[in-house]
Amino acid sequence: MTDLKMERVANATDHPVRRSGLGGIIERVGTHNFSLLIALAALIAIFGFLRPDVFFLLRNILNIGQAIAILGILATAQTIVIISGGLDISVGAVVGLSTVCIALAVGWTGSPLLSILFGVAVGAIAGIVNGLIITVGRINAVIATLGTMAVFRGVAFIISNGQSISIFDPAFRFIGDGKIFGVPVTILVLVMVVAIFFVLMRFTVTGRNIYAIGGNPVVARLAGLNVRAYQIGIYTLSGATAGLAGMLLAARTGSGQPISGSEGLELEAITAAVLGGCALTGGKGTIIGGLLGVLIIGVLDNGLILTSVPTFFQMVAKGVLLIAAVIIAEQQARRYG
Amino acid sequence: MSQIGSTGRRGEAPRRDPGEKDDSGARARQAAPALAALGVSKRFGVVRALDDVTLNVRAGEVLALVGENGAGKSTLVRIFEGVYRPDQGTLAAGGVQQTLRSPADAHALGIRVIHQEPDIVPDLTIAENLFLGDFRRIGGLFLDRADLGRRTRSLLAEFDLENDLSPWTRAGDLSPAQRQLMEIMRALRRGVKVLALDEPTSSLTEDEAQRLFRVVRRLRDDGVGVIYISHRMREVRDLADRIAVLRDGRLVDERPTVQFPEAEIVQAMVGRPIADLYERGSRARGRTALSVQSLTTKRVRDVSFDVRSGEVVGLAGLMGAGRSELAEAIFGHDRTLAGSVAVDGRPVRLRSPADAIAAGIGFAPEDRKSQALLLLRSVKDNISLAIPDLISRFDFINDGAERRIAGALVDRLRIRTPSLDALVANLSGGNQQKVVLGRWLARRPKVLILDEPTRGVDVGAKAEIYRLIAELAREGIALLVISSEMPELLGLADRILVMAGGRIVAEMPREEASEERILSLAMADNLTQRATAAAQ
Repeated sequence: MTDLKMERVANATDHPVRRSGLGGIIERVGTHNFSLLIALAALIAIFGFLRPDVFFLLRNILNIGQAIAILGILATAQTIVIISGGLDISVGAVVGLSTVCIALAVGWTGSPLLSILFGVAVGAIAGIVNGLIITVGRINAVIATLGTMAVFRGVAFIISNGQSISIFDPAFRFIGDGKIFGVPVTILVLVMVVAIFFVLMRFTVTGRNIYAIGGNPVVARLAGLNVRAYQIGIYTLSGATAGLAGMLLAARTGSGQPISGSEGLELEAITAAVLGGCALTGGKGTIIGGLLGVLIIGVLDNGLILTSVPTFFQMVAKGVLLIAAVIIAEQQARRYG
Repeated sequence: MSQIGSTGRRGEAPRRDPGEKDDSGARARQAAPALAALGVSKRFGVVRALDDVTLNVRAGEVLALVGENGAGKSTLVRIFEGVYRPDQGTLAAGGVQQTLRSPADAHALGIRVIHQEPDIVPDLTIAENLFLGDFRRIGGLFLDRADLGRRTRSLLAEFDLENDLSPWTRAGDLSPAQRQLMEIMRALRRGVKVLALDEPTSSLTEDEAQRLFRVVRRLRDDGVGVIYISHRMREVRDLADRIAVLRDGRLVDERPTVQFPEAEIVQAMVGRPIADLYERGSRARGRTALSVQSLTTKRVRDVSFDVRSGEVVGLAGLMGAGRSELAEAIFGHDRTLAGSVAVDGRPVRLRSPADAIAAGIGFAPEDRKSQALLLLRSVKDNISLAIPDLISRFDFINDGAERRIAGALVDRLRIRTPSLDALVANLSGGNQQKVVLGRWLARRPKVLILDEPTRGVDVGAKAEIYRLIAELAREGIALLVISSEMPELLGLADRILVMAGGRIVAEMPREEASEERILSLAMADNLTQRATAAAQ
């Protein structure tokens, strides 16, 4: 285009103006993530005050990390799915299916690496199935993945004959209980996955386009995006990530169990994502937010155990937390929306 | 047909007006304006929405309220409606000072506002919507359906709608125009002295708008004071007895329509003379850039035409003539049944908009908010949405490159935004439209299709968009412009195509085009179609 001499009307500088001080920090972190950080700090302060002898021990902190590794991987993947305007309820079942497949594969091949790849591949295939049903079959994502959840769970029972399959390979078990430089392998896997997702959603065109598709699929299509391809890709990613989570679970328990991952894992992942600021209508949310959501759930779980709150009351506390978080998020949305 | 009364409640026995006390008061009211704002000011934070506005509407006149977006029209109407309370100044209804604490207070005084989006309950019938909260019961329990139907039919009759609509039609099935009329009926039923209409024709067809105008004129003749807000100069001049211009919250001019030429109205709105809205000059026309051959979809039938580079082709037609559908078909958004599209002589595969974009076509759809913009994303993100290849390497976004491209377009298009990171939702309509144009200019398209590029855009931004269209044509882009505003088409286009019933029914150079000719062509085909349909 020919450049016309035009006055600069807008204050559209080539580089963003960053404020300094607290306002700048809030701006950079995002208001929602900032309030999550405060909530997390509050929880840590409360439990640190109640059990100062145990809570801050390195052992306990690593415990929290190990406890949330699987949920953390699933929740950040779920965050991406929800940002794209979808939902994947089948992830818990895929985790179970993956543990069974990995346990069987270890028995057949004796190679942990091949077995892990097999588990992730099975998860990815499950994700492709979800993606095709949702895009080509034009079925609502909730209904579609609710259906495939039952199918995947059933398949896991069929191929395992409903039995738990033990894994004895020490190299594979190392993933579950080993440490590298003092850090449990599960936590390293969590950090890697979250880092990849963070970069994807924050710094790449693909991530930007996922936000666009979730924000308004018609706008995205009219801007030239292949919305279906993105959606299939996102569900495949979600499935493969669930396969990876299955690897962690199988390594921790030393077995492939068709029933594993069924204790509301998918709902906890969705809970963490929503807690982290995802709008179920799509287009909104951050990976860091999802991770903070998981950390809050993890610290709360850990603290309730340390302070000897009975199990049944822990469930109540978690439910109350979720509802409170959604109410706060709604009020924020109304104030800024 | 019974006449439309102003003060009496419709569809039921007349009741004494709450404000009516004695005869002398009634006489005083006849002379006093039906509704008056006296030195009204209103601030929102640092924004002065209204500044010392004194304005009145008399019984039996139509007062048009014009001004750019943000001039204060809506704020004034909301004050009349009792939604906002003025910081300074007072209101008077019929010569009596009033303090409106809520819309209910305004309703009690017979002040009614018809908004752009009528609030109806879509799953209830017309009758139920009209008389909601006022159902008569049999034995205190059962709905008196016969009475409800009778009262509804008598209201419909006042609008000449008794043959078109049944009282038991679902309100959700009504057209936007019918919903608007229903809203007016509801106001009438409860007794109305002052009726304010906020951009009532923005979603109406020409036909429906004419019907609305008839209703408005009859209301005026029956003594209702009408406040009419619109962007459309022609209907304002047709309908209004008096025109008041607001700018930046102030009343800048107010005259009887006959003494207020259009150019002076626009000048008062913008605050500076607009020399020539439409820039013209000789443009070198190049080779055929866009070629459409026998294109057919569900809603478009066998359409063929060419647009040369540097040429602006206008697409005229009534609502539902298939203009937007044609644009969407060319852009690959709709499934093509037959025909072909070529850009610079190379055929374009039309499976999706991505194909059209790759071939060098850009498309700014009619409905910015639902089809073009990601409202919760930044100006920068919206501009760069269609140029992933220019702002990234190995999928990683180059923030510097993106800001340079987006910043250059913000400057060039004079998009008024606090920064590149501001949310698009917070910009005005005109600036939002410029963001959409920026997205396509970033791609340097060969063909640009603009569907109603100035809808919901104020006069100042309109002039800028017109200038931009002329400029783009000079640069050699082939432009196809769809517009329902006839003067706009005649001012912009080098050549005009008229569509009706999914077909192109006429083509003419601008020199041979006139509003009357285009309209008669666009409607004539409608008539022949109806005749053929009747014959079948």
